[in-house]
Amino acid sequence: MSNENTISRRSLFMKLGILFNGLVATALAVPIVRFLLSSVTRGRASAYLSWVPLGSVSDFPEGETRLATFRNPYVMPTDGKTVDTACWVRRIEGEQFQVFAVNCAHLGCPVRWFPQSGLFMCPCHGGAYYRDGSRASGPPERGLFEYPHKVENGLVTIQAGELPTPGGSAALLGKKPPCAG
Amino acid sequence: MRWLAQLGDWFERRLQIAAPIREAAGHPVPRNTASWWYVFGSAALVVFMLQLVTGILLALIYVPSAGEAWSSLHSINNDVTLGWFIRALHGWGSNFMVAIVLIHMVQVFLFGAYKFPRELTWIVGVFLLLMTLGMAFSGQVLRFDQDAYWGLGIGASIASRVPIIGPAIVKLMLGGPIIAGATLSRFFALHVFIIPGMLIGFVCLHLLMVLKLGINEWPMPGRIVKRATYEAEYHELTKKDGAPFVPYAIWKDMFFAAFVLLAVAACAIYFGPFGPTGQPDPTIIQTAPKPDYFFLWLYAVLSLLPPSLETPALLIGPVLVIIALLLLPFLSGEGEKSWRRRPIAVLTVLLLAIMLGTFTRLAQSAPWSPHMNAWSGEPVPDKYLHGTTALERQGALVFQVKQCRNCHSLGDTGGQRGPSLDSVAVRLTQDQLIRQVIQGGGNMPAYGKNLSPAETTALVTFLETLHPAGQSPARDAARDFVLGQSGNQH
Repeated sequence: MSNENTISRRSLFMKLGILFNGLVATALAVPIVRFLLSSVTRGRASAYLSWVPLGSVSDFPEGETRLATFRNPYVMPTDGKTVDTACWVRRIEGEQFQVFAVNCAHLGCPVRWFPQSGLFMCPCHGGAYYRDGSRASGPPERGLFEYPHKVENGLVTIQAGELPTPGGSAALLGKKPPCAG
Repeated sequence: MRWLAQLGDWFERRLQIAAPIREAAGHPVPRNTASWWYVFGSAALVVFMLQLVTGILLALIYVPSAGEAWSSLHSINNDVTLGWFIRALHGWGSNFMVAIVLIHMVQVFLFGAYKFPRELTWIVGVFLLLMTLGMAFSGQVLRFDQDAYWGLGIGASIASRVPIIGPAIVKLMLGGPIIAGATLSRFFALHVFIIPGMLIGFVCLHLLMVLKLGINEWPMPGRIVKRATYEAEYHELTKKDGAPFVPYAIWKDMFFAAFVLLAVAACAIYFGPFGPTGQPDPTIIQTAPKPDYFFLWLYAVLSLLPPSLETPALLIGPVLVIIALLLLPFLSGEGEKSWRRRPIAVLTVLLLAIMLGTFTRLAQSAPWSPHMNAWSGEPVPDKYLHGTTALERQGALVFQVKQCRNCHSLGDTGGQRGPSLDSVAVRLTQDQLIRQVIQGGGNMPAYGKNLSPAETTALVTFLETLHPAGQSPARDAARDFVLGQSGNQH
């Protein structure tokens, strides 16, 4: 036992003990991390997105922009009212639509439509957008977020399900900013 | 009384903590640290304890569910005996805690307390500050109202700008694709388990180091900190000119802590609890969310930064500040402690205080936000309509109806996003007014597509009347020359 090169029975067992715990910890870390990241991994394949109807085409007069609400397609039982979402629907003419998120492209505050001046104005930091959603003034770097939409059987339907954010997934954001730079 | 002593002995035999407690309480501190300047750390601890107690009380009733949180807050406010008071104590306690932690930090910075050997105490303190701010933000989320909902949206928008992993961070932060039940649940876990747990651990570390290393001595100009000699000098100081912490210094801590608790209670009684404001229903968009007091400066910064600087400033700025705070004790771990010999330190504190104060003050009035109801709620002042022509009055009407008023004030009412127009005719000629209205520019949208030629003419004719009495409107001299004297006079 006095030889420095030999490992004592105790210290070997201690090292094996550390190794054993390390293995168990790694094995447990896998489900823990997967649980923690579940909201991220699930959203990766656009699994949160689906097509939601907003109302029939006749609900939206031509040349006007109206507030519409829809229920977010992904609902948990404790969500309460938070899954009810608003969006601005602009019917240009016929079946030509634009559907904007209410969330300002700057930091997400709800923009309001002023038909008289043809502007969307944001109450937070003063962003303003023209009627076609393009940036008019203020801090936003781009135009309003647009939901992909289609008209089917007389229903206006949009692809929604994720909170629109400036760095969010391209699928939801529609066209890129006209003045990206 | 004998049985009490026996009971004490029984516990002491098993716990054996009397001696260490006595030692900690009686450890000598430099006499001149028994000062009113040294009371902020203990006050922060006492307010933290108040937050723990009131937080636990609120958790007895609060429901961390997106569907029910808001109504459970209302029932704490209105249905539970003194529920409003406990909520108010917790809310005001939070404001006081942030304020006291900041004051404490400024004090230890100006007194050079972060220098050798107390570098780690400072670093742990920086983390304690971050956790305190984390508690303040997550607490604002738990008050699940409109401000909380849209505040989360702002947080998500900022997080989303992180390159590549932004969208993943947003989903991790929200617990799903949108702000919903899972979001509130995870902020509840953060506010009630994760951050407080870390806070308690870090506070213990912080205190342990204060005990082990001794409280920072009163800084004397010319008394230089050197790694080689400091510890011996400090030891000598406490031996020669020291006094036991209890009771020599602690009474001031106790008085101040009690005073702070009283102030929290007074604010709670006088001002009452914070909110909740409107229901967290995203379909109600008639709202102008504002953050709580200690994040107002950030709200101002986000409004005033040029768009191109915003993302880098948001993502890199905080990292740089935190790194600077963490590196501070290593960059100036030795040398002068006294603020009298550290002008840059004093100026830094003043600069930061003035900056934060100015931004906070600005954010309270938020001149950059359009006044959404000004166009329909604040009429053109009478004096601007006296003796005007029909066309000019028509122009005043266009001015209101086209919501110019939301961003431009007249007679001190209306938005302040754009310049006040009380004397716009002195600044801009008719041509310039027409151009500005139609093409916009300088942060003003172009109104060309939304004004008929007749409306533009009326509007500009009205704007041309806006000049102080006795001061003639701006005019284009060349135009008079070209068109002759009949030019554009009215």
